[in-house]
Amino acid sequence: MIKFRLEERAKSPYWLIILSPFIAILVAIILAGILVVLAGANPFESYYQLIIGAFGSKNSFAETLARATPIILTGLAASIAFRAKFWNIGAEGQLYFGALATTLFGTGLVILPSILMIPFLFIMGALAGGLLLLPLVLLKLYYKVDEVVTTLLLNFVVVLLVSYLLEGPWKDPMSLGWPQGKSVIDEGVLPQILSKTRLHLGFIISIFFAFSVWFILSKTVIGYRIKSVGLNAAAASHAGVPIFKTVFIVALLSGGMAGMAGVTETAGLKGYLTLDLSPGFGYAGIAVAMLANLNPIGVIFSGVFLASIYVGADAMSRAMNVPTYLADVIVALTVLCILLSLVFVHYKILFFGVKKND
Amino acid sequence: MIEFIEIIFTAGFWAATIRIACPLILATIGEVLCERAGVLNLGIEGIMSIGAMVGWMTVFLGADLYTGILAALIIGGLFGLLHAIFTVYLGASQHVTGIGITMLASSLGFFCFKLILPASTTPPKIKPFQPIDIPFLSELPFLGPAFFQHTPFTYLAILVVIFAFWLMNSTPLGLSIKMAGENPMALEAQGIDVFLVRTIAVVLGSALMAVGGAYLTLSAFDAFYFGMINGRGWIAIALVIFASWKPERALLGALLFAGLDAYQVRAQQLAGAVIPYQFFLMLPFLLSIVAMVIAAKRTRYPKALLIPFRRGERH
Repeated sequence: MIKFRLEERAKSPYWLIILSPFIAILVAIILAGILVVLAGANPFESYYQLIIGAFGSKNSFAETLARATPIILTGLAASIAFRAKFWNIGAEGQLYFGALATTLFGTGLVILPSILMIPFLFIMGALAGGLLLLPLVLLKLYYKVDEVVTTLLLNFVVVLLVSYLLEGPWKDPMSLGWPQGKSVIDEGVLPQILSKTRLHLGFIISIFFAFSVWFILSKTVIGYRIKSVGLNAAAASHAGVPIFKTVFIVALLSGGMAGMAGVTETAGLKGYLTLDLSPGFGYAGIAVAMLANLNPIGVIFSGVFLASIYVGADAMSRAMNVPTYLADVIVALTVLCILLSLVFVHYKILFFGVKKND
Repeated sequence: MIEFIEIIFTAGFWAATIRIACPLILATIGEVLCERAGVLNLGIEGIMSIGAMVGWMTVFLGADLYTGILAALIIGGLFGLLHAIFTVYLGASQHVTGIGITMLASSLGFFCFKLILPASTTPPKIKPFQPIDIPFLSELPFLGPAFFQHTPFTYLAILVVIFAFWLMNSTPLGLSIKMAGENPMALEAQGIDVFLVRTIAVVLGSALMAVGGAYLTLSAFDAFYFGMINGRGWIAIALVIFASWKPERALLGALLFAGLDAYQVRAQQLAGAVIPYQFFLMLPFLLSIVAMVIAAKRTRYPKALLIPFRRGERH
């Protein structure tokens, strides 16, 4: 049996760090290409259609950026939490909570001029997302209740709550039986930034937050504390890092980012809350964060990449008759390939000896 | 009010409890196997989903029901192997690998389903396992219809659970698995390959999860649809923690949980007009969170859970 051992690299070569995400994407695309062949389509033509579908025209390019908007925000949510080794898998629920806050405050309860209304909705959405995550953080800190499971389970609860509200008290009477919320008032709607497309101000806002998060994580004491808690919480505590306060901030920041993704979708893309507001943007955020190696600026690019896969796959599916689920397969494969590349970046694999009968 | 108590005294309630418990029991025992060896398997939700799809599709394409179970078993084992290569041999993050496996297994399942059945608006059906009457026992009043008129898959699931208990508690492999999760260094010192033991546990555990998924499409229902696992995998993970990683407690927990679920469905029919159905559907998820909080104080994780084992490195 061949034995091998992983040896930690003292210093990972730069070219490897830079190249590894691209290699991971390439491998994921090649592997998914096998599925395209199985589907009886030409993989080169299919991927060509995918690229055209995502970037081929002003409209499709705008659509890709519009799709990237919530994914960048949920990607930031995952990046912040994962840096502190706080496994927030609940961005989906936090997104919907942000959307609920947008509907609660944005459909007539509060009326402000646009310049105040839009920031107000973002603050409310962020608070809603952060407050949803907070009790789970407290459970983790005080009772050591595993956050992976609680955040995941709460996603289902929130979606059911949205379903109840949309079919019951919050149902728009004008919506002809279809369960959807009331429309966000004009002052709260995020303006279009490219005429005759669905691209809205939310995209600029998400990029602004990517830079803000980058600044917080790499230029402030809070960012340093978050990183040290993630590396070794016990050591950080000894060194005087206030663990409680740090994790508290992580929860508000992470949940807040995901909550704001709900704002961009409700006040930007659709204009009202629906039950299919997010086709898994919360989970996509995990992939985006991993692809960007938890770097907030990288999240912008990996977010646009993932969005282009989703948007392009729709067009490819129509043209080539390959199921759209190919997009989800590519994203999943990318996550796994990134993990693989991280192993190779940080470790050398040493094979030693071929032993008989172990 | 008396109707709400009467529910518990109907055979239908107990039969439903067993039916709901089966996939949960299989998945929970599967996760116990993985975690006792020191590997968290968040791939569970996706592995159940692809198990449900592959089991169903095998039967839909003409094979018999038992071949369907076998197909689910194999696909589950394969995804378990993938998980083991990443987390055991390469020491990658167990959290992220698990999420990745869930994404891959479920999307791959959906992709293949759409590929084989591109234009199915109503999900096609198969003839699933039919209930069989256990001679004599099934004729008992109350107990008969409650416990002895189930499908063969149900009895098979119970046999599997007994096998898992035997494996964990009475075999050298079971002991090795438990040691791999508690003190892998000591296991290695005895000349046993920690990697191999962990891999076996993850492959077996994942196979059980997939069979749990297949129970849904081959016995509980007769069709496959997207999102049919609906968080059952995550609930199983909560149950493992609730059960303090003990298979017998996991069995009890899954039964208790299924009982509450069966109860809420019946209570919903009585109170449906008053309380919206969404609140009943929330109950399993909220209960799981509550169960975890209750269990948290006495929780004792396997010591080496989440810690990759590396040869020549000391922890």
